[in-house]
Amino acid sequence: MSGEHSSSFDIKGIWMVFWVLFAITAVEFIIALAIPETFMAKPIKNVIYIALTLLKAFYIVAYFMHLKFERINLIYSILLPTIFVIGVIAALMYESDYWFTLR
Amino acid sequence: MSSQASPSLPTSGKLWDGGNEPFGASYGKLMMWFFLLSDAFTFSALLLAYAALRFSSLSWPVPDDVFAGVPFIHGHFPLVFVGIMTFILIMSSVTMVLAVEAGHRGARNEVVKWMIWTILGGIAFLSCQAWEWTHLHHDGAWWGSNPFANADGTPGQVNFTNLFFTITGFHGFHVFSGVVINIIVTIMTAVGVFDRRGTYETIEKIGLYWHFVDLVWVFVFTFFYLI
Repeated sequence: MSGEHSSSFDIKGIWMVFWVLFAITAVEFIIALAIPETFMAKPIKNVIYIALTLLKAFYIVAYFMHLKFERINLIYSILLPTIFVIGVIAALMYESDYWFTLR
Repeated sequence: MSSQASPSLPTSGKLWDGGNEPFGASYGKLMMWFFLLSDAFTFSALLLAYAALRFSSLSWPVPDDVFAGVPFIHGHFPLVFVGIMTFILIMSSVTMVLAVEAGHRGARNEVVKWMIWTILGGIAFLSCQAWEWTHLHHDGAWWGSNPFANADGTPGQVNFTNLFFTITGFHGFHVFSGVVINIIVTIMTAVGVFDRRGTYETIEKIGLYWHFVDLVWVFVFTFFYLI
């Protein structure tokens, strides 16, 4: 049932995921500190930040937390509620736009 | 690993008809996942409040101006200190996976070694956070008071500091709990509890929790310090 664990848990793979996370964070810093907002507007930067954050979350959950190698049932029972929560956050951000207009 | 817990009941061969493990994970591991899911809901609620309050505000303090201090050095270094904190937490996540990997091989001394590194990483992170909180507190920031002006020059919103201290405080409390549990589990490993039990799955379970704490920080970092 879980004999495949050993193949997905080699030390080389762990360090590779670390370097991926490190590189993504480095890119976030470069965007935050080295690229002026006249060149890249803040809303565009924010979209990139959120995309990179979700990518980092994928690597942590899939490889460090090993979810990618679990049964599909377990993957879905964790992933589907999370997607709904992200939907709620998006809806509230959209809603806050109306509050902004009301003020 | 989990096959040890498989009951020897007659099975119809269908996944959900009993005598089977539909999730392919032990009870403890499954419950840790569900706990983390519920904990993710709690953090989502906090981030949801943050998003709603921030984007309905006319203006908001600039993170680069607020989080620009570094210990022992005077000057304006935006994001440098929080970068160090992020690096420490990711590193401690790596040492935790290495502990889990050693646990799969049943290498007790290696597990203890990597767990100690993980604990040190957690303590280093908490120390950094304590410094940052003290630094901000000296500037006059606390629950209910915000000395930092908004981007447009108007007096700063109290929501900013309230949300910052509540969310990083809640996360810091998770790190603290993680460090305490890690210390307990390391002692259990050192005295050979898991060797006698025949499985190092406990390391895997506390590992899941520790990675979750790292995961939450990734989001806190983006929403508080970058956006």
